[in-house]
Amino acid sequence: MEKWKERLNKRTGPWLFLSPYLVLTLIFFIYPFIYAIILAFYQTNGPKSWSFVGLENFAFVLADGDFHIAVWNTTIFALASILVQLPLSLGMALLLNSKKDRLKGVFRLILFSPYLVGQIFVGIIFSVIFMPRYGMFNRFLQEVTGWGLEKRWLENPNLVMPALIIAAMWMYVGFNMIYFLAALQNVDQNLEEAALIDGANPWQLFWAVTFPAIKPVVLFVVVMSTIGSYQLFELPYALLQNAAGVAGYGPKDSGLTIVGYLYRTAFEAGDLGTGAAIGWLLAIIIFTISFVQMKIGRGLETESVL
Amino acid sequence: MNNTHLTFFFFGFVFFFLYFFPFMPRGKQIALVYLRYLVLTSIAALILAPFFWLVCSAFKDPEVLMAYTFLPPVSEWSSQTLNFSNLKKLFEKEETLEGAIYFWQYIVNSFFLASTSTMVTLFFSSLGGYALAKYEFRGRSFLILFMLGTMMIPAMLLLSPLYHLIHKMNWMDTYWALIVPGACSAFGMFLFRQAFFSVPSTLVEAARIDGCGEFGIYLNIVMPLVRPITAAFCLISFLGSWNAFIAPDVFIQTQSKLTLTVALNQYVDLYDQQYGIFLAGTLLAIIPPAILFFSLEKEFVGGLTSGAIKG
Repeated sequence: MEKWKERLNKRTGPWLFLSPYLVLTLIFFIYPFIYAIILAFYQTNGPKSWSFVGLENFAFVLADGDFHIAVWNTTIFALASILVQLPLSLGMALLLNSKKDRLKGVFRLILFSPYLVGQIFVGIIFSVIFMPRYGMFNRFLQEVTGWGLEKRWLENPNLVMPALIIAAMWMYVGFNMIYFLAALQNVDQNLEEAALIDGANPWQLFWAVTFPAIKPVVLFVVVMSTIGSYQLFELPYALLQNAAGVAGYGPKDSGLTIVGYLYRTAFEAGDLGTGAAIGWLLAIIIFTISFVQMKIGRGLETESVL
Repeated sequence: MNNTHLTFFFFGFVFFFLYFFPFMPRGKQIALVYLRYLVLTSIAALILAPFFWLVCSAFKDPEVLMAYTFLPPVSEWSSQTLNFSNLKKLFEKEETLEGAIYFWQYIVNSFFLASTSTMVTLFFSSLGGYALAKYEFRGRSFLILFMLGTMMIPAMLLLSPLYHLIHKMNWMDTYWALIVPGACSAFGMFLFRQAFFSVPSTLVEAARIDGCGEFGIYLNIVMPLVRPITAAFCLISFLGSWNAFIAPDVFIQTQSKLTLTVALNQYVDLYDQQYGIFLAGTLLAIIPPAILFFSLEKEFVGGLTSGAIKG
């Protein structure tokens, strides 16, 4: 024991403390990472038969109609998250951001709570909520708008994506709001008061004072939502589980996401090589989009400073 | 339909009253404040409606499950309309090819897995985060960059190679495959590193001069100072493991070892038209994370955003 204490000093300590991470990363990240590069260039047929096919896996995926559907669906979902869901979250945060409100904590708790429910469970719950005639959502629509009782949300290919977006919105709108709310609480009160004294209306106040102050967080949330959206899988998989007899991906693949396509190819059809190629394409898509978003976000920032 | 209407109205009114009444505004812009509460209350009602619906569905008799959106009118409340038949059926013995299985088995599995991996991940991640925050050593900035890079790789990309690896290690169908690969998270290390920055280095130095060992400093001096972030990380980690679907689905084959997520997803097929049963199961599945969340709510929400705001 004494010997250990002597050996463990300021110099060796950090390496010992980091060793679990280093070992685990070597085995479960670096090795699979290199393996994934190699795998993408091979056709696998069971664990023993491998044959080198060059870029054929990539060529196959890029030409595959299912992949196009998956990219299209996922992009629609990501756009809906950023253009519909995040503004709603921000609006809710603005509404909730008040100094003297003892109810803020209660509302924050309620709005956040759906995030605790895993995507699989949300999918199961909403697969019944969206049922025609009996589902809560259809009945609610009927009550409010007089339309929608018989809508087959999960069986009509045109309605699958809207249903998916609604379910995801229920799950994440409050979660993203938490970030905006935390950012809004850090905005300098004096600046806002000064703007109000100078006669700024609420609209001007928001765009000239509040938004620039919370922009780093907005950028962070936009990038995180995009990355999350492009990795969507479990929610549609559970939501469309027994809709129209097509397990997991919706009628005419209308709920197929990129990761869903990967899962189907690699683990249901057993084609790990093509699965790896899809994974790399997904990584490239995510990298490119978040890079562009950060570039645009940072660019806007320097402009406003000048 | 009239009943549905009434239920919605009642539901909205309850929330409106509950949250609005005790906080009657005394300021001048009463109309605006009313409007703000009205909007917030309706949003809260919309968010809570699926939860309320889920609870109602779990306790409604299968015969009347679809007849009412939420609950039957009070005049019809009886053991014929509201009872535990869904839960009873859910916990009945289920005959599979591998023998009899009870639903509670999945709850135990999920709970065991989530709590074990939370504890393991908490230990390794905080230890790593401590090394990154409080020691100067060569290669530190490279390591941090590397960790950031690993966080950007989508997990699904590594799943097929991981499948091969787990197969080769003979870890297929064991919980090792679910606990070990995620036992030290780069995200957690960043979270803890951020938290440890707030611990004064002089404190660490003083403990060292007093003869406290390096591990002792971490365990007895530094860790007790970052309790909020520890609570937050425990919750994030527990939620991640409890709600995980892909890994248990791919790596676990024996029915009696499955987690709640995979089992309930099967139940949707198994109990095709008997919605009450799998909805009751789903209700049970969301209770443990909820209990954990409500007991640690303050730390959780604060810790979640600390990385985004300060970092």
